[in-house]
Amino acid sequence: MKIAFTTSGNGLDAPLDSRFGRAPNFLVYDLNNETFEIVDNQQNLNAAQGAGIQSAQAVARTGASAVVTGHCGPKAFRALTAAGITIYTTEAATVAAALADYQAGALVETAAADVEGHWA
Amino acid sequence: MILAVASGKGGTGKTTVSVNLARSLDVETQLLDCDVEEPNGYLFLDGEAGGSQEVTIPVPLVDAALCDGCNACGKFCEYNAIVSFGKIPVLFPEMCHGCGGCMKVCPRRAIQETDKRIGVIETMRSGNITLDYGLLDVGVAMAPPLIRAVKKRIRNNTPVILDAPPGTSCPVIAALRDVDFVLLVTEPTPFGLHDLRLAVDVTREMAIPFGVVINRLGIGDERTHDFCRKENIPILMEIPDDRGIAEAYSRGELIVDAYPEYRNLFQQLFGRILRLAQQNVTDDTSERRSNAR
Repeated sequence: MKIAFTTSGNGLDAPLDSRFGRAPNFLVYDLNNETFEIVDNQQNLNAAQGAGIQSAQAVARTGASAVVTGHCGPKAFRALTAAGITIYTTEAATVAAALADYQAGALVETAAADVEGHWA
Repeated sequence: MILAVASGKGGTGKTTVSVNLARSLDVETQLLDCDVEEPNGYLFLDGEAGGSQEVTIPVPLVDAALCDGCNACGKFCEYNAIVSFGKIPVLFPEMCHGCGGCMKVCPRRAIQETDKRIGVIETMRSGNITLDYGLLDVGVAMAPPLIRAVKKRIRNNTPVILDAPPGTSCPVIAALRDVDFVLLVTEPTPFGLHDLRLAVDVTREMAIPFGVVINRLGIGDERTHDFCRKENIPILMEIPDDRGIAEAYSRGELIVDAYPEYRNLFQQLFGRILRLAQQNVTDDTSERRSNAR
């Protein structure tokens, strides 16, 4: 099973980015063989609108079945839910800390968007 | 003659110039308020309401029985208004620009269009003026389709004065497309000049002839005049920063009603605009039209 973490860096020690749609990178961690890959989310940083939906598509392409991030807006939430991807929000400072929380069962699945969209 | 009154900065006097100019013309004149997020030209006109028309855009409607989740629609949509994750697509109608592309690319013809209301066009008659104004519904972020709907009201046989939205983004482009002349209203302040430069860039990019009206002359500094001189931009009218004008405005009165001498000044402004627009047509119509597309 793979989990996508939002991050501004490219390693486990990197900060967990609190934004989902406009996170610079996803660190996609494979729980089975304990490896990870970095997926660039740059095109979304410049999207005027709909960054969350594009991010959800990018995560779906990685094959991840869960996302760990800081916050999730309404459009991203709908898209991720439709893709069958579970969403966890956390205030953990780094990817490694968020991963440890996940593995300890300390993260709670998000049942709804926890922030407003950026417009409308 | 289709004249657009635009500005970079908001609050420089687009509506003041539009409405006073329309009132000053001795002929039947069409006034189109394309500032659909906050149309306010009607506040300065007394008249009869002449009807209201709903404006809609087509948004997709997916037939779950036909959809096989191929996401051809999602790959096509530039605005992420529709996306499929192997099942029936998720729709975000508020993102949809109504292009109809998803319907065309769907290999199983599973997508139909349904109308989504975005606002209304209100009509009003006041003396020599027929005013049509767009009013975008609260919560709708898609102004250009409503602006285009207002512009469909353009009649060929009367002068048309189009009050454009402020700024330099999509709604402004939608308002300025295919007009004959742009009047840029500015104030002689650093703020006004900063945004005037942006508006000048847009107007030049669209290859539309233009001139400047400086409103509230007396505040700010000389830099706006210097800029126009250096860039060879005609200053077609100057309106002083006058307390009497401001007081009339605050009562919802037209300058030309409070100070009848302005009627002649606005008529002169329109004469200058006609001459400049005419010059440009004789210069090279075909090139300008093709560049503007």
